[in-house]
Amino acid sequence: MKILVGYKRVVDYNVRIQVKPDGTGVVTDGVKLSANPFDDIALEEALRLREKGAADEVVVVGIGPADLTAHLRNGLAMGANRAIHVVTDEAVQPLTAARTLLKLVEKEQPGLVILGKQAIDDDANQTGQMLAALWDRPQATFASKVEIADGKAAVTREVDAGLEVIEAELPAVITTDLRLNEPRFIKLPDIMKAKSKPIDAIEFASLGVESHDHLKTTHYAAPPKRSKGVMVKDAAELVAALKQKGLL
Amino acid sequence: MSKVLIIAEHLGGKLNPSTARAVSAAAAVKADAIDVLVLADSVDAVAAEAAKIDGVSRVLTIARAENAHPLAAVLAPQIAKAAAGYSHVFAPSTTFGKDVAPRVAALLGVAQVSDVMSVEGSHTFKRPIYAGNAIVTVEAPAEHAVVATIRTASWPAAATGANSAPIEAVTTDAALPSHTRFVELKQGKSDRPDLQSASKVVSGGRGVGSKENFEIIYKFADRIGAAVGASRAAVDAGYVPNEMQVGQTGKIIAPELYMAIGISGAIQHLTGIKDAGTIVAINKDAEAPIFEVADIGLVGDLFKLIPELEAAI
Repeated sequence: MKILVGYKRVVDYNVRIQVKPDGTGVVTDGVKLSANPFDDIALEEALRLREKGAADEVVVVGIGPADLTAHLRNGLAMGANRAIHVVTDEAVQPLTAARTLLKLVEKEQPGLVILGKQAIDDDANQTGQMLAALWDRPQATFASKVEIADGKAAVTREVDAGLEVIEAELPAVITTDLRLNEPRFIKLPDIMKAKSKPIDAIEFASLGVESHDHLKTTHYAAPPKRSKGVMVKDAAELVAALKQKGLL
Repeated sequence: MSKVLIIAEHLGGKLNPSTARAVSAAAAVKADAIDVLVLADSVDAVAAEAAKIDGVSRVLTIARAENAHPLAAVLAPQIAKAAAGYSHVFAPSTTFGKDVAPRVAALLGVAQVSDVMSVEGSHTFKRPIYAGNAIVTVEAPAEHAVVATIRTASWPAAATGANSAPIEAVTTDAALPSHTRFVELKQGKSDRPDLQSASKVVSGGRGVGSKENFEIIYKFADRIGAAVGASRAAVDAGYVPNEMQVGQTGKIIAPELYMAIGISGAIQHLTGIKDAGTIVAINKDAEAPIFEVADIGLVGDLFKLIPELEAAI
């Protein structure tokens, strides 16, 4: 079985994002970029399934500008067999990403597609669900446990009420939650090895994906700040303050 | 003219309070009609609850055995069919809504607006990105239906009780897949208030130290009638189950009182509590970032302070 893994590059988890003063975007010049943490978890899960014998090939997919290659090399260093780079300078929104992935799915015929449940830049949480819909296949979102057997995936999902287990016939789309696994660290020899692994570059325009129905972002703003509070010196003062506010 | 279809979330025959919050967002669109769609195997109890929410024009029901559990692959084709004639389709931004709404949007061939915080116009909305560190204004194309999830913490629940909207059964000819099956739901059993709708929440973090130590948080929460939450660190460490996580990737909540105990305050956690009325932080580290957003801060050892708080109440 082949597994396709979405591997998005985003502003690093630890960067505190600043909105540009003119409201046209966020400051990304000189800011550290990394793999979307949920996508690292997706790749780790795919690698573990390959190591268990449930899969024989793991392909990482990135959609982005020419310099995305370095990021895809990290995915290869982590252990993916090869990479597909859909080259575009345009920012790709979830529906377009899903349509793009569908084109690759039709070509690659994977048994499983694993994506992060959301990217930590746009926090949209849509692409996996949209791909599953367009592909007319099962979706198992927010996965915290995945078991593959007999052409089916048994997936434990983190839902508001607790843990839900569903069974999905393959091929299917799985999106990862935080506790699915802990991604491995890349070792130096693997970085060397990754240099010889193939990256197929495909021009976005050549896929014939429609992308006209986009949301238009017209303004960026910093979130309203909470005003600085007060410090109290002991439990009695805290209780008094809460009683005064009518909260206790 | 705007017509909004709201997808009701429910479990065990009870309507989830997030549905009434989505009704508030629909009212902000200045909709001419707000209909609530209930998909279930047995719809009556949930539909009766939805019909009481102020502002609801009609409750539409699709009762099918396949709708016994909220499987997105099964529900989405029915919702997409039922959405014909509506300008907006809203679902709460809960794990239910996040799962099903994008599948509906893709079937309709439209983009989705996730986590609507405010409505600026019939097709213009504000939503958070980068864990809430930036708020963007987005415009959806006027010629398509808008599919959106509603960030429940940003909206009050519409009042309930005065309305009695008509309930109508609808049928769709949507073909339903059998490739996805429900197996089980492992639900934490708790008599405490529901974390997402509670007016008071007490949360514990890494500083609580262990599953056993978390008892002190439960006991204190029970004393003040609060729901119990946790930081990601506490969930990852196995102190508490996943459904208690508050933050960017967990639950986004807006209680009147939020008490963060032994929580340092990573930005991902703060995202989940920004809309709380009053934030209280108790932490032994005076430099912890949680104090930057807390309305009231108290530096000290939680194991000493919580019993003192209980005694002082």
